[in-house]
Amino acid sequence: MFATALPALGDAWALILQPVVLGYLVMGVAMGLAIGVFPGLGGIAGLSLLLPFMFGMDPVLGLALMIGMVAVVPTSDTFASVLLGIPGSSASQATVLDGFPMAKKGEAARALSAAFASSLFGGLVGASFLTLFILIARPIVLAFGLPEMLMITILGLSMVAVLAGRIAFKGLAAAGLGLMVGTIGEADAGGSLRMATYDIPYLTDGLKLVIVGLGIFAIPEIVSLLRQDRSISQGASLGAGWMEGVRDWLANIWLSVRCSIIGVIVGVIPGLGGSVVDWIAYGHTVQTTKDKSKFGKGEVRGVIGPESSNNAKEGGGLVPTLLFGIPGSGSMAIFIGAIALLGSGDIEVGPSMLKNNLDITYSIVWLLALANVVGTILCIAASGPIARLTTIRFTYLAPFLFMLISFAAFQSGQNFEDLLALYAMGLVGIFLRRFDWSRPAFLIGFVLSNPVEKFSNQAFQIASFRFRKSFEGGMDYVFSPIVIVLIIITVISVVLGIRQAKSIMSEGEMQSGQKRAPLIFLLVIAGYLITALINASLIPNHNMTDKIVPLVVGSTALLCCLILLVQMIRKPEGDMIFADREIAGEDADAPYGLWSTLAWFAGLIAATWFVGFILALIGFLVAFLRVRAGAGWVKTLVLTACGVAFMSLMAGALNRDFPPGLLQGAFDLPWPLK
Amino acid sequence: MTISRFTRRAFIGILAAAGLAAPASAQVDFSGKTIEWVIPFSETGGSAKWANFFAPLLSQALPGQPTVVVKFMPGAGSTKGANWFQQQTGGDGTLLFGTSGSTQFPYLLGDPRVRYEYKDWNPVMASGTGGVAYLNAKDGAKFDGSANKLKGIDFIYGSQGATRLDLVPLLAWQMLGMSVEPVFGIKGRGDGRLMFERGEATIDYQTSSGYLGGSADLVASGKAVPMMTWGALDADGNIVRDPTFPDIPTFKEVCQATDGCETSGDAWEAWKAFFVAGFSSQKIAFLPAGTSQDIIDTYVKAFEAVRNRPDFAKISSKRVGKYPMFVGAGAKAAVKTATTVPESAKSYVLNWLKEAYGVELK
Repeated sequence: MFATALPALGDAWALILQPVVLGYLVMGVAMGLAIGVFPGLGGIAGLSLLLPFMFGMDPVLGLALMIGMVAVVPTSDTFASVLLGIPGSSASQATVLDGFPMAKKGEAARALSAAFASSLFGGLVGASFLTLFILIARPIVLAFGLPEMLMITILGLSMVAVLAGRIAFKGLAAAGLGLMVGTIGEADAGGSLRMATYDIPYLTDGLKLVIVGLGIFAIPEIVSLLRQDRSISQGASLGAGWMEGVRDWLANIWLSVRCSIIGVIVGVIPGLGGSVVDWIAYGHTVQTTKDKSKFGKGEVRGVIGPESSNNAKEGGGLVPTLLFGIPGSGSMAIFIGAIALLGSGDIEVGPSMLKNNLDITYSIVWLLALANVVGTILCIAASGPIARLTTIRFTYLAPFLFMLISFAAFQSGQNFEDLLALYAMGLVGIFLRRFDWSRPAFLIGFVLSNPVEKFSNQAFQIASFRFRKSFEGGMDYVFSPIVIVLIIITVISVVLGIRQAKSIMSEGEMQSGQKRAPLIFLLVIAGYLITALINASLIPNHNMTDKIVPLVVGSTALLCCLILLVQMIRKPEGDMIFADREIAGEDADAPYGLWSTLAWFAGLIAATWFVGFILALIGFLVAFLRVRAGAGWVKTLVLTACGVAFMSLMAGALNRDFPPGLLQGAFDLPWPLK
Repeated sequence: MTISRFTRRAFIGILAAAGLAAPASAQVDFSGKTIEWVIPFSETGGSAKWANFFAPLLSQALPGQPTVVVKFMPGAGSTKGANWFQQQTGGDGTLLFGTSGSTQFPYLLGDPRVRYEYKDWNPVMASGTGGVAYLNAKDGAKFDGSANKLKGIDFIYGSQGATRLDLVPLLAWQMLGMSVEPVFGIKGRGDGRLMFERGEATIDYQTSSGYLGGSADLVASGKAVPMMTWGALDADGNIVRDPTFPDIPTFKEVCQATDGCETSGDAWEAWKAFFVAGFSSQKIAFLPAGTSQDIIDTYVKAFEAVRNRPDFAKISSKRVGKYPMFVGAGAKAAVKTATTVPESAKSYVLNWLKEAYGVELK
């Protein structure tokens, strides 16, 4: 097999290294960057846009264009997560944790260039690894059955131990709440409804990651900065430059290597996708760092780790996509579809790919690596100027961020309810942040909710089937060597995590205050958990698969809440358990109140309900800039026009709709007003 | 955008080379218009593939060569998009909607989420697919054209859910007296095949394109044994061998050879009704209620032109399989068979779902 690999690799390079191919690649990269900075859109929107042109196109040109676009999305969404605290996609969840605090310290350019250097390196490590690995990948991928996937999911979940925050039970309860929120909707297995009803079809599909990510991370930060009426970077200064970030990466090159390899390996396993990679890499980074006190406050290693892994993961994700024809992500699914349109349709993704099209396979792998290089160079070049965004007075930035996240949220389901869900998750995020309940733990719980439930149910069913045949067969299935290794890693990581958790302040410094507000929040959470538990217990027993996970997770989370309740009653005021940001610190000293600030966002959503998004946006921008920012009429109108024009241009180019309102229901308006 | 102009030109060049002249209808002209083809699924499913395949061909065949864009409106197992489409009336031909078996089944089974009515819509094109069931090598060795020797074996099957297309294989295996335990909750048939390859599942089925793309290799390397196809319908509505897999017996043949399996009666009628709805007219393109006859005729002509392309057989075989593509009156008839099942068949299936899997649709 290796004998055929070398010539194929040569052929692949001969295919790639043509000026026209490289031209298409750069074009794809440029388009991918333009789309990737938009939070929530990602590669799916871009690829759908390219699809109509793929028909009959020269395969290598088409591949260059598409891969250029897909490859840079996890690179360019770093802009939003570092500069604005907005997790652009599941690939940048963990980057927010340290990247955004760095931006707040005025080190945005340093964080960005460290992230991009890591991305580039991760992409290259991924490609080199794949070049060999893809030849032997098939049996290895097949060795990952349901118990193995369950264990990897649990390993991801065990990162909660690292990120739980000061009060371990709060972190656990937050993760439990995230898991429970993840179960909302129609169950995968039996179709039972959890905390949903057919009368509200929106809920039956469950909440989307984009909305939860934006709500939990972006909205609380936007609202907090807006209340303080300052720039993102404290003192509006830009300290460290981009060279420093590259040096940071070089100083941590071994971390980058390890996290890249984690990225490829987890990316290779079909069915897990990118959701756990970030957290496993972040957890690994924390555990291998001597001084852990800076995590969550702007530790550059916290950026390097996840960013090295998430681009490497893209390469790994090619294995299930190309070898099995099973897409590892939404954009990979479109990619498969598009490949069949290329040329005369001879390239067929699937098991025959290695036999018949090894040169094309290698072209794909190395086009991906090359796209990473091109994309990273463009991103690093742009990072200095773009980092200046963090020095702008935030009041001028915020209305456009509300515009962007509303649009991004709407794209996830194209329902008006998307905006309501975003607002509701934003509220949850604001209070989790205020009372020091770990938001990363909540998000990990949410992201892994579906895999935990799916893999545990399916593995249990197949295991009991094997046990019925023979005890040994069952044991062999459940405790395979891979599972045992994963169990050991998980136990070590939990033990280390618990020991270290107290020094990792994923939410930064906190002050504690009176009993009342934290207690009320705890009771609200417990109330939701009790409701969800009762709801789950009403599912008939023959659909045990649909109720067992909510019941177990819900009761565990409720138990944590009860322990917290007892502690809260017994401990005196001023204990860390009563952490409250409204008592002291940035939020408490802010000139603007929480509710009046949030009311602006609520106003945008309410107006959208009546007159549709674009008209509401015009009104919102004008009112906000005039009243809240105190801008003159000329400035207000120019900025509003820019915002609306940008929105329309972007949506028009990508062929996306805006949320319609009652007005649009009554009258037929021309685009973009419709 | 230079890229789009370049590819567009290349694309037109290819079509010109293929000798296709765009048919023109005197009255209807879509010049400069954009036609939205709404698919009630996500970008990643089979329906997306199907629409993305036809969209550029349709664009060239419609008078005025409008831009045809595929839009996705996933949600609630495609009932969300179908309910939305039900509200769209009197279209000017710029809206097209695509349904699949997953839209048909909830409609047939009386799912509470269904607020759409197929009879209101105007079908312009329908296409079908087939399915192949296969066994692992060990148990496959006992398969002799009948399921008689498979009866004592416990099989495990990765399934998307008993009320989805998986209803057809699950009911077939149960009629053969086989014991197949479904593991519910997988996301697509590709995941099911992977489960089979890992040895966790011991029986599997794929639609035709999935079988050709992945499972045929397993058969060739001796890791899987094909058991049966669901078959295909001939002009008189009889089940005959699937033209894509002429060497594999149909479920009907296997059933006839198996003790205790009947190719008549309630169970058989129910299975056949749902097979027709789910496979033989699986994907259908509709114009909204109240569309004028001119526009409908224009679309029918355009799809006929697509079907008559000299290279159509070649380019479509990989994307949509070697199955008939129904246009116009043919599509109408296909929709009728796909969306009407006898009351007895419906109640049989509902009862079976409740007893075997505890599934109730309410």
